Amino acid sequence: MYKYDNYDQAMVDARVAEFRDQITRRIAGDMTEDQFKPLRLMNGLYLQLHAYMLRVAIPYGTLDSRQMRMLAHIARKYDRDYGHFTTRQNIQYNWIKLEDCADILEELATVEMHAIQTSGNCIRNISSDQYAGAAADEVTDPRPWAELLRQWSTFHPEFSYLPRKFKIAVIASSEDRAAMRLHDIGLELIRQDGELGARVFVGGGMGRTPMIAPEINPFVKADDLLSYLEACLRVYNRYGRRDNIYKARIKILIHEIGADAYRRQVAEEFAHVKTLGIDPPLAELERISAFFAPPAYDAANVEPDRNDPDFALWLDQNVKPHKQAGYAIVNISLKPIGGIPGDATSTQIDVMADLAEKYSFDELRVTHAQNIVLPYVAKRDLYSVWQALREAELADANLDLISDIIACPGLDYCSLANARSIPVAQKIATRFADMDRQRDLGELKLKISGCINACGHHHAGHIGILGVDKKGVENYQLTFGGSGAEDVSIGKIIGPGFDEDGVVDAVEKATEVYKALREGDERFVDTYRRVGLEPFKEAIYG
Amino acid sequence: MVEFRYRTDEVTEQPSVTLDAFLDQSNATAVRLEPDDDARALIPFLDRLTLIEVAFPKFRDGRGYSAARILREAGYQGELRAQGDVLVDQIAYMRRCGFDSFAPEASLNPDAVARALAHYDHAYQGAADSVVPIWKLRHG
Repeated sequence: MYKYDNYDQAMVDARVAEFRDQITRRIAGDMTEDQFKPLRLMNGLYLQLHAYMLRVAIPYGTLDSRQMRMLAHIARKYDRDYGHFTTRQNIQYNWIKLEDCADILEELATVEMHAIQTSGNCIRNISSDQYAGAAADEVTDPRPWAELLRQWSTFHPEFSYLPRKFKIAVIASSEDRAAMRLHDIGLELIRQDGELGARVFVGGGMGRTPMIAPEINPFVKADDLLSYLEACLRVYNRYGRRDNIYKARIKILIHEIGADAYRRQVAEEFAHVKTLGIDPPLAELERISAFFAPPAYDAANVEPDRNDPDFALWLDQNVKPHKQAGYAIVNISLKPIGGIPGDATSTQIDVMADLAEKYSFDELRVTHAQNIVLPYVAKRDLYSVWQALREAELADANLDLISDIIACPGLDYCSLANARSIPVAQKIATRFADMDRQRDLGELKLKISGCINACGHHHAGHIGILGVDKKGVENYQLTFGGSGAEDVSIGKIIGPGFDEDGVVDAVEKATEVYKALREGDERFVDTYRRVGLEPFKEAIYG
Repeated sequence: MVEFRYRTDEVTEQPSVTLDAFLDQSNATAVRLEPDDDARALIPFLDRLTLIEVAFPKFRDGRGYSAARILREAGYQGELRAQGDVLVDQIAYMRRCGFDSFAPEASLNPDAVARALAHYDHAYQGAADSVVPIWKLRHG
């Protein structure tokens, strides 16, 4: 894992002092709320329905046990004893007091953490593949590249007042576990003629106008990457729309001028920017990469004993193959039946920290599906890990099943929401509580957003649910056929919306149609793509 | 009114003209860019300009940051002024993008500006100022 040097530490320490100064000036009345808002947002501080919400950055979703324990400590000391892991691989706290904020940031800085650029119209926390460093299919570990981008984008003087927020994801596998092409910039690291570089996709996103990012450059060399991204951002900063907040994301610019025109403008800008000498030498990427060297694996390859049937079910569902023989990737579900997707108590966060320290070379990952990963667990330890997780109510064996729901905080917390998301997630999970039934349905990614901003990724759900306000009543639209993976697609609305119970019934009917029509080992989304909407529509509305 | 100026030469007295007016007649030595204007249109004339004023009608509109960098990258040495909705917490980034004078619409507290400019000793990325980026400090 990356460790701060004196420069990195000085940057986060200075940020704490700066934000403390800004809060003081705000409280003294030297700044209006309108002037303070973008500053607090660039520190992840939102004013929500009931309180301030603080979003803490977890760069590319990677953290160690010491950092994880700090997250538990903050939940305990400054919040209501829990935190919410987000689709951006961050954590947010829902009940924060403005006057505590600088102290929280100061505590975070002691463990090399911060809330820098977790909101605002700037380059946000860089996201990545939660299996980075452990996945058998990666061409390289994407995290050193993500760290390079973290540093480049931190306090970027030119790109902190962009038309709108800007999200970058980096992956290095053909299997996309990070919804890469639904980001403003998606980078897929590839090897070409022995050299590593990035395939660059620009202009994806969800929100009210979902778009899949087109490829803008098939290969950008490592030591050209920052210049190239700088060119991508400069074209956007100059020409992205600022007249309408709903049309301000880069996807709209690219949609309006076309990918070819955008590509040409970026190429011209890059030819100029490349002369400025802003690219770090490859030695900097190498310096960062050294922190991500593989851990000291044990040679023993001991298969776990599958005698305990519950353990065996968890193994089959939540444990994934590792690139190192004798090791496995453990997924910890934060989706207990009837629970709030992504929430964890301080006790649970501490348990996960302890397990990481003892069994996973001190590392954890946060996934965009709002779960936690222990990336390096020896197979012989899997049973012990499972027992400890079960003790902490963290052993739900539902990874990628219908109850592994992504949901935004919705109208229970969020000031932008039109409808509640959490109760719908809870009702669906409860309806499908029977694990045999869930397993029979197989991989089924269900995602719920409480408004058109799509924080719950409903466009990318095999089944997506969008909460809207219909004349003062919560109404839920269903979409089918979306995907955030390498088979990326945007779901389509199937017809008129439903009330809360109606949408649960409609989801259930859809699963029945799938069961009746599926062929071979087709997933729900495969069957839907093959047979089309009609049979589903008939069952649901007929 | 110019409240903060980080240069030692004389202040230009000539009022600035719009980009269109400048491109039409052009013996002016001071020009004003609106957010919509293309800063690159000035590149052929940079040698004889002593002041380029970049308007910030709303502090949230960040196009002027790119305009400033483009002008500095093209070798412009004259005064580069940010005018308009310029606030304490934007000045440090503006300095990094090459602005060296500031005419905020609403007067700013000089102590707060001095503090805002002094928070960070280093920067991660190269920009239009003389700050050496951290990666370069690491690798010599």
